[in-house]
Amino acid sequence: MPFIPHTDTDVKEMLAAIGAPGIDALFDEIPASLRCGPLKNVPEGLPEMQITQLMHQRAELDGLPLCFLGAGAYEHHIPAAVWEITTRGEFYSAYTPYQAEASQGTLQLLYEYQTMICGLTGMEVSNASMYDGASALGEALLMALRANRRNTSGTVLIPETVHPYYVDVVRATTHAQGVHPVPVDYAAASGTTLSEALAAHEGRDITAVVIQQPNFFGQLEDVDRLTDWAHAQGALVVAVVNPVSLALLKPPGQWGSTGADIVCGDGQPLGAPLSSGGPYFGFLTTKMAYVREMPGRIVGRTVDLDGKPGYTLTLQAREQHIRRAKAKSNICTNQGLLVTAATIHMSLLGPEGLARVASACMANTRELLGLLSSIPGVEVVFDAPRFHEAVLRLPKPVAPVLEALAARDIFGGFDLSGRYPELGHALLVCATETKTRDDLQRYRAALAEVLLADASST
Amino acid sequence: MTEPLIFEVSRPGRAAHAQNPGCAIDVSGIPPALRRTDRPRLPEVSEMQAVRHFTRLSQKNFSIDTHFYPLGSCTMKYNPRACNRLAMLPEFLARHPLAPESHSQGFLACMYELQEILKDVTGMAGVSLTPMAGAQGEFAGVAMIRAYHRARNDLERTEILVPDAAHGTNPATAAMLGCSVREIPTDADGDVDVEALKAAVGPKTAGIMLTNPSTLGVFERRIQEIAGIVHQAGGLLYYDGANLNAILGKVRPGDMGFDVIHMNLHKTFSTPHGGGGPGAGAVGVSERLRPFMPIPVVGVADDGGNRESGIGNREDRPALASDDSPFPIADSRRCYRWLDERDLPQTIGRLSAWMGNAGVLLRAYVYARMLGREGMQRVGEFATLNANYLAARLKDKGFELAFPRRRASHEFIITLKKQKQAIGLTATDVAKRLLDYGFHAPTIYFPLLVPECLLIEPTETEDKETLDAFVDALVAIWDEARADIAKVKGAPYTMPVRRLDDVRAARQLDLRWQPA
Amino acid sequence: MSKVPAELKYVKSHEWLRREADGTVTIGITDHAQEALGDLVFVEVPALGRKVATNEACAVVESVKAASDVYAPIAGEVVAANEALGTSPEILNSDPYGAGWMWKMKPANAADVDGLLDAAAYEAYLKTL
Repeated sequence: MPFIPHTDTDVKEMLAAIGAPGIDALFDEIPASLRCGPLKNVPEGLPEMQITQLMHQRAELDGLPLCFLGAGAYEHHIPAAVWEITTRGEFYSAYTPYQAEASQGTLQLLYEYQTMICGLTGMEVSNASMYDGASALGEALLMALRANRRNTSGTVLIPETVHPYYVDVVRATTHAQGVHPVPVDYAAASGTTLSEALAAHEGRDITAVVIQQPNFFGQLEDVDRLTDWAHAQGALVVAVVNPVSLALLKPPGQWGSTGADIVCGDGQPLGAPLSSGGPYFGFLTTKMAYVREMPGRIVGRTVDLDGKPGYTLTLQAREQHIRRAKAKSNICTNQGLLVTAATIHMSLLGPEGLARVASACMANTRELLGLLSSIPGVEVVFDAPRFHEAVLRLPKPVAPVLEALAARDIFGGFDLSGRYPELGHALLVCATETKTRDDLQRYRAALAEVLLADASST
Repeated sequence: MTEPLIFEVSRPGRAAHAQNPGCAIDVSGIPPALRRTDRPRLPEVSEMQAVRHFTRLSQKNFSIDTHFYPLGSCTMKYNPRACNRLAMLPEFLARHPLAPESHSQGFLACMYELQEILKDVTGMAGVSLTPMAGAQGEFAGVAMIRAYHRARNDLERTEILVPDAAHGTNPATAAMLGCSVREIPTDADGDVDVEALKAAVGPKTAGIMLTNPSTLGVFERRIQEIAGIVHQAGGLLYYDGANLNAILGKVRPGDMGFDVIHMNLHKTFSTPHGGGGPGAGAVGVSERLRPFMPIPVVGVADDGGNRESGIGNREDRPALASDDSPFPIADSRRCYRWLDERDLPQTIGRLSAWMGNAGVLLRAYVYARMLGREGMQRVGEFATLNANYLAARLKDKGFELAFPRRRASHEFIITLKKQKQAIGLTATDVAKRLLDYGFHAPTIYFPLLVPECLLIEPTETEDKETLDAFVDALVAIWDEARADIAKVKGAPYTMPVRRLDDVRAARQLDLRWQPA
Repeated sequence: MSKVPAELKYVKSHEWLRREADGTVTIGITDHAQEALGDLVFVEVPALGRKVATNEACAVVESVKAASDVYAPIAGEVVAANEALGTSPEILNSDPYGAGWMWKMKPANAADVDGLLDAAAYEAYLKTL
C-alpha cells in the first residue's frame, strides 16, 4: 500500500477504538447508490523503479533541443544551490505560514523577497506573489479599478505591443468586474506604442494604461513619455516588466515624473526553469498609498512577546478567508516555492551578477541578429533599441521553417504571423546568456540551409 | 537564535563569483534616458553565505517532512520524493511552453493520461488542467456556469448559493465573476438546510457551490436531493474539491450530480504546498460544460486532426513509450496535441499565459501512477480511518466533538467552547502550545460556525503511534491549562519567536527592509 | 459589561447615533462592537458629500482577524468624517463614543432618528446575544 503505514494490527486496534466492524462501515453515511465501483481508467500502481523508467523514457522523447524561443519564458542559468535549498523538505512541504511562530523561515524569506522585488521595480510595497505574470496583470488592472477613484470607467488602454496571451488572460479574468481593454496601435518602424494612437484617447475617462517594458517584440518603449501622458489623463500606470532587464533598465518607480503606480510581471527569469510554462510566479508591487487595494498575501515585520523581531502575515482583512465576497481577490494558494527559488537566485546573483546576465543576453541577441540577418532575405524588422528579443522577417512562411528547424533539434523562435499578420513572415527570436557562440552559429547554419532548401524545392 | 536579514550580512563588493556569466556590463545599446542609474537593492553575499542563510531559515519551519501537520482542509500528507525527482528531469525542466508538438509527445502523454485519470476518479466528462490553484479552479468553474447560462440566453442567472460554512474563496470567486452571493444555513448535524435551499432557488440561481464532505467534516447525506432541487430550478452544481481526499475512490462527484468540480492537486494528489504554493486546481466538467473549458487542453491528434505541423506525419517519430501494465488510456501509437480556441470556440479563455503549473501536474501524474487503481481507493479509506480513530480517542479523553452524532470524514472538528468558559482556554492557546509539543496546529477558527474550533485532518500517511502521541499532547495541554492557564497562554516557548504582535504588524506597517 | 450611554440612539448592527444642535447627526460604533472586534488596525470613513441610504454600508472597521462594514442608521449626506481614525484606529477602541466618532451626516429626514432604538432597548438587545 504505497505511502500508507498501517499494519493489520493497527487497523484492528483502530477499528476497535472507533467501534466499527470494518473500514467500509466508516462510509455508511454515503448513500449506497452513490458508491462507485472500481476505477476503469486508472492503471495498476507502479513501484518507484518502474515509474522512474517510464518518466525517463517520456522525458527523452522530448529531448533537449537548442532553444531560441522567448516570448515571455526565458532560459537562464540557475545556480545549483537554488533548487538544492528550495526543495529542502522544510520549504517544499510546509503550508502557508498561518502559524507564524512555526513558519519564521518562510516568513522571513518572504520579507526579504518583498524587499528585493521592491528594490528591483523601484516601488514601496510588494505582495508575496501571484500565479504568473499574466494573471498578475489581470489582478493589477482590477486593483487599478479599485484604486483610481477619479477615472472609474474601467477602460484600460493595452498597447498591441503587450504580450497577446496576457491580454487573453486579462479578458478572461477581469471582464465580469468591469475592465474593458482597448487596444492601442504600434509604430511600424519602431515596434513601440504609437503616440498618435494614444492621442486619439485624450480626454476620455481612462482607468489605467498598461506599459510593457521591454515590450512583446523585445523593443524598448519610451516609458517616461507614456507614463506622463497616462497620468495627465488621470489614468494609473500599470507596468509589465521583465525582472532581469531591471538590472539595466530604469525601474518603473522612476518612470516619468512620478513613476508607475502598479508594477507586475512574471518572475520566471529569476530562478524558475522553463518547465512547460509553470510553475512560475507573478510579482506585484505598488505605492504605499495603494497597499490596501493589493490582492494576495503580504508579510510584515513585528515583535514577539519578548520584543524580539519576527515576521507574520499582515493586512489579512483584505483576503478571502476574512472578507469573503468583499475580498480584494479570491487568491489563496500562491506560488510560494517559486518565490523561495527567486529569493535565493537574486541573493546569489546580486546586483552585479544580475546586470551581467542581462548584459550577456543583450549581447547574445545582438550577435544572433547580426548572424541571421546576414542570410539573404532575412531582415530585422524594427529599428528602436531593444533588450534581449527581436523580430525577424523571413522570405518564406514561418511555420514550415520552424518545423524544419525543429527536425534539426532547434527551436527557432515564435511565429508571429498568426497574431500579427501585418508583419508578414515574422519571427520572434531570443538568445539569453545560456547560448554559446557555437549555438548561434549552429542556428545560422541551419536557418540558411532550411531557407535554401526551401528556395530550391519551390 | 535570530537569523539576520540577508541585507544585514551584505557587503558592497562581495559576490558569489561563480555565478558571473563571464562578460562585462555593456549598456551602450540602451538610450541613456531608459537606463537604470541606481543599483537595485539586492544582497551582495558569497555563495556560502547565501546557502547558510537560507538553510538556516528553512530550519525555522515546521513541514510535513519534519512534523505531524494535521491542518484541517489542507490535506498535509506525505509528498513522495519520487514525484519531485521525476518532474525535475532535465528534459522536463528545459521544455519551453511554446515547444512544438513534435518535441512534446512525452510531456503531452503524461498530461493526457492525467486528464483521463482525473476524469475517471471524479466521474466527469472532461478535464482541463490549466487552473493554477484551487481558487483559480473555482474561478474557471463559476465562469463556465455563467458562460453556460449566457449561451442559453438565460441572462438573469447571476446568483450563486453557498452554504454558510463554505470556504472564503467560494463567495470571493462568485464576486469576481460579478455574481451576487446568497448564503444557505446549515442544520444542527452539519447538513445543508434543505428547506432553506428550496426557498432560495429560483430563476436567478446560477448555481450552488458545495464542498462534500463539507467544511464541517461530514458527508452531505441529502446530496442527491440537493442536486435535484438546484437542477430543477435551472441552476448548476459546483463541487469544491478541497475535501476530495475523503472520498477518493469511494464516491465520485459526477455521480452525485455535480456539473463542475475543481481538484486541489496539491492536496489530494500530494503535490507539495511549498510554503503557500504552487498548487494546481484542475477542473472537471459534465458533458454540458465541456465546450466552455479553459484552454489549453490536451487532445488526441486523430488521423484527420493533423492541424499542427510536425505531428503524425513524421515517419522517424519515435514510438511513444508505453508501459507494460494493461492501461486502456495509453496507446503507444497515439499522438497528442493542444486544443485551443479553434477546437473549443466557446471556451472561457486562458487563465495563464501558458498551460498552468505544468511541473506540479507532472508531480500529480507520477503520484497517480504510483498509487494506481487500488492505491487510489485506499487513500479515502485510510484518511477516513485515521480521522475517525483520532476523533474516537479524543472523545474518549473528554474532548467535545462538534458533530458527535456523525461519522467523521477525513477530518473532524472539536470545540473548546466549554474549556473556554471554564478556564479561559482558547483554540489559539492550544494551537500555540501544540507547537511546543512538536506538532503543527490544526486549523483554528474555521469554519466560523463552530466556536473555538479545531479542524483536524490527520491524512492517510500518518501512523497510529503519531496519532496516539498527538492525543497525549492534547490531553497534557488541557491538564496544564487546568493547573496554570497562564503557562499555556504564554506559549509557544520553544519556537524561534514567541507569540507575535499582529496588531503592531498591521498598525505600523513594516513590509520591506530599509537601511537605517 | 459594555457601556451604553443613555443619551444616544442605536441600531442592532451596533452603530450609535447622536443628534447635534446644528441638525446634523454623529455616527460611530458601540463599545460592544469595538470590544467584539478587538484591537482595530484600520478604519475607513466615508467620503464627504456622499449620499447614503438607510442601512447602506459606508465605512469599514478592521481588526487583525476580522473586517466589518459599518452601516448608516439613517439616510443622509456625509458632512464630516473623522480622518484621525485613518492614522490612529486605536482611538475607536479607547473612546468609541467620543474621539472615536466616525462620521457626521445631514439627515434626509430628521424624523428617521425617532425610529431607532433607545439605550434601554439596545441594552436589552445586547442581553439576548
